[in-house]
Amino acid sequence: MNIFVLMKRTFDTEEKIVIQNGKVSEEGAEFIINPYDEYAIEEAIQVRDQHGGEVTVVTIGNEDAEKELRTALAMGADKAVLINIEDDVENRDQYTTAKVLAEYLKDKEADLILAGNVAIDGGSGQVGPRVAELLGIPYVTTITKLEIDGTNVKAVRDVEGDEEVIETSLPLLVTAQQGLNEPRYPSLPGIMKAKKKPLEELELDDLDLEEDDVEAKTKTIEIFLPPKKEAGKILQGDIADQVKELVSLLHTEAKVI
Amino acid sequence: MHFELTKEQQMIKEMVRDFAEKEIAPYASKWDEEAIFPIETFKKMGELGLFGIPFPEQYGGSGGDTISYAIAVEEIGRACGGTGLSYAAAVSLGASPIYYFGTEEQKEKWLVPMAKGETFGSFGLTEPNAGSDAGGTQTRAFLDGDEYVINGEKCWITNAGYARQVIVTAVTGKDERGKNIISAFIVPTDAPGFTINCHYDKMGVRASNTCELILQDVRVPKENILGDPKKGFKQFLYTLDGGRISIAALAVGIAQAAFEKAIQYAKERKQFGQPIAKFQAIQFKLADMAMQLELARNMVYKAAWLKDQGKPFTKEAAYAKLFASETGFHICNQAIQIHGGYGYMKEYGVERHLRDMKLMEIGEGTSEIQRLVIARQLGC
Ligand SMILES: Cc1cc2nc3c(=O)[nH]c(=O)nc-3n(C[C@H](O)[C@H](O)[C@H](O)COP(=O)(O)OP(=O)(O)OC[C@H]3O[C@@H](n4cnc5c(N)ncnc54)[C@H](O)[C@@H]3O)c2cc1C
Ligand SMILES: Cc1cc2nc3c(=O)[nH]c(=O)nc-3n(C[C@H](O)[C@H](O)[C@H](O)COP(=O)(O)OP(=O)(O)OC[C@H]3O[C@@H](n4cnc5c(N)ncnc54)[C@H](O)[C@@H]3O)c2cc1C
Repeated sequence: MNIFVLMKRTFDTEEKIVIQNGKVSEEGAEFIINPYDEYAIEEAIQVRDQHGGEVTVVTIGNEDAEKELRTALAMGADKAVLINIEDDVENRDQYTTAKVLAEYLKDKEADLILAGNVAIDGGSGQVGPRVAELLGIPYVTTITKLEIDGTNVKAVRDVEGDEEVIETSLPLLVTAQQGLNEPRYPSLPGIMKAKKKPLEELELDDLDLEEDDVEAKTKTIEIFLPPKKEAGKILQGDIADQVKELVSLLHTEAKVI
Repeated sequence: MHFELTKEQQMIKEMVRDFAEKEIAPYASKWDEEAIFPIETFKKMGELGLFGIPFPEQYGGSGGDTISYAIAVEEIGRACGGTGLSYAAAVSLGASPIYYFGTEEQKEKWLVPMAKGETFGSFGLTEPNAGSDAGGTQTRAFLDGDEYVINGEKCWITNAGYARQVIVTAVTGKDERGKNIISAFIVPTDAPGFTINCHYDKMGVRASNTCELILQDVRVPKENILGDPKKGFKQFLYTLDGGRISIAALAVGIAQAAFEKAIQYAKERKQFGQPIAKFQAIQFKLADMAMQLELARNMVYKAAWLKDQGKPFTKEAAYAKLFASETGFHICNQAIQIHGGYGYMKEYGVERHLRDMKLMEIGEGTSEIQRLVIARQLGC
């Protein structure tokens, strides 16, 4: 089976976000594989181990993303592809990412494409579905279970805590939700072997794309931090008074009603 | 000059940190309190290849370097000092001597399963009457036909209760100048006459297994002698040089944990209307701690790098071990100080670091012995 994983290098969730000159500062920040993409990588490896084939992890990023790609290779992926469009495309958004990925994937005859259901930095959750649309293949998002039998696929989706069972067929794109699996740690031999696994680097040119083809469709107007969380207020007195005070505060202080 | 970790080293650091935060740190207080040796966790570490980092693939290792190994020790130690000690001892003292000095058959038989994390090995040097003065070993071995017969006692031997074999040093004769000739033997722990008791009640590193060994007419085949029969003394000195790098790395890991708790606490704890981190007295403590940590870690990396380059590293390993353990003890003490009364309580988990750290100034050569080693390297 020809399996692809779409992976993003993101801020560590424990990082404190600093905004400098209207941009999120990356200085000194720790970067990780987007946690949902880790589920996707793990699932891809498990599917390959069960059904045979090859896992290729693809990312759009700069040379720093090589570390995350090598980590995916150390976990057990077979090949990695780094598509570096940083110098070619100034304004990028989810449209850019999806378009570039779809262009890369269109002649790869992928049977299964896995992505994270959302990246914890941008949080749009768009890339997976957009890529599937562009490729003209079905997709199932936020899956917590995947069963493949020949070309038949049964996937369980997490729908806000409920489960939805979907039957579909390959080729298919799925996005991974927490609970899909328990991602493995890359083992020491895995880390050492990752060095020798193929890592291909591509630029926009290699995909026969021009900047105009992939320019962002959205514009970022402003980036700002959420307001600092103030200490909570604990209301006192008997319940009736508390409710009265709460209602009045919702009107006057919080102004949500 | 180049001060960056390689991609592999960074990946190892992240992987081990991740593993240690999830699989070790949450249990460290319990293991300390109840003196539990976390054998299941060691099995998982074995599956990840952590016990084989500095050994080549042909011996079941992963062909990493000493720096990677030191990084792994630091990260395990950051989560639990006792687990870190047993890990470091297993690799540096249990497995490394066989890798350095063993025959191909010995490596195949003893090293490979250790590198894969399937078995533990120990190193039995210290005796009730021979600690710093390891040359004063009283354990004896003599050849009887095709077997050596060993008699003696060893104390405070790490991991022996779980070991498949112990490397035991013993006097086999005297040289021309009347000095003891010391040899090292690979002694299977199930050999008749070999008793292992593990009931020391330790101050710290309580998750680590520490045992007393009693050898009464223990017979091992002649081929179990390790390395040059006449150079057992030199061999264990070399082994300890390597081990010191790992003890230094462990000290850095423990100190790092104490420092992280201290800085977090200092930012949260309010006295006199502000976080105590706003007081210069506390800031200066934190500044010193951070600086000492960085310097200690750099020394560990340098000693490890020298070893990887095949250059002499005796002096640097002693620097690293001495500096990391003494400043580490200071850092742990200051971390308690910054926590005030809370630091004195077990619940806050800072006092454990100080207890664990104390061993770093004693094991694999006390601070005084490190100074002796350094002075000797200076030609004194
Ligand atoms: C938890 C733990 C685990 C251990 N694990 C192992 C193990 O796996 N294998 C093993 O072989 N050993 C092990 N040891 C033993 C350890 O290596 C010794 O405790 C250490 O070498 C010191 O020896 P000693 O305790 O006999 O102290 P001593 O040698 O009696 O020293 C007592 C004091 O005298 C000082 N001193 C001694 N000689 C001199 C001198 N010439 N000049 C100045 N000062 C001197 C020392 O520095 C120290 O302060 C372990 C010990 C502990 C506590
Ligand atoms: C075993 C034990 C028994 C005790 N018995 C008693 C008792 O019988 N009765 C009683 O009342 N209390 C008792 N205490 C409490 C003890 O007196 C306090 O722990 C001590 O006064 C420190 O207060 P704290 O722990 O709140 O630390 P904090 O005041 O929070 O101090 C934390 C750190 O900040 C530093 N710091 C605080 N303010 C400043 C500043 N302005 N400038 C620079 N540094 C500062 C401190 O020096 C310390 O390093 C006991 C404590 C223990 C551990």
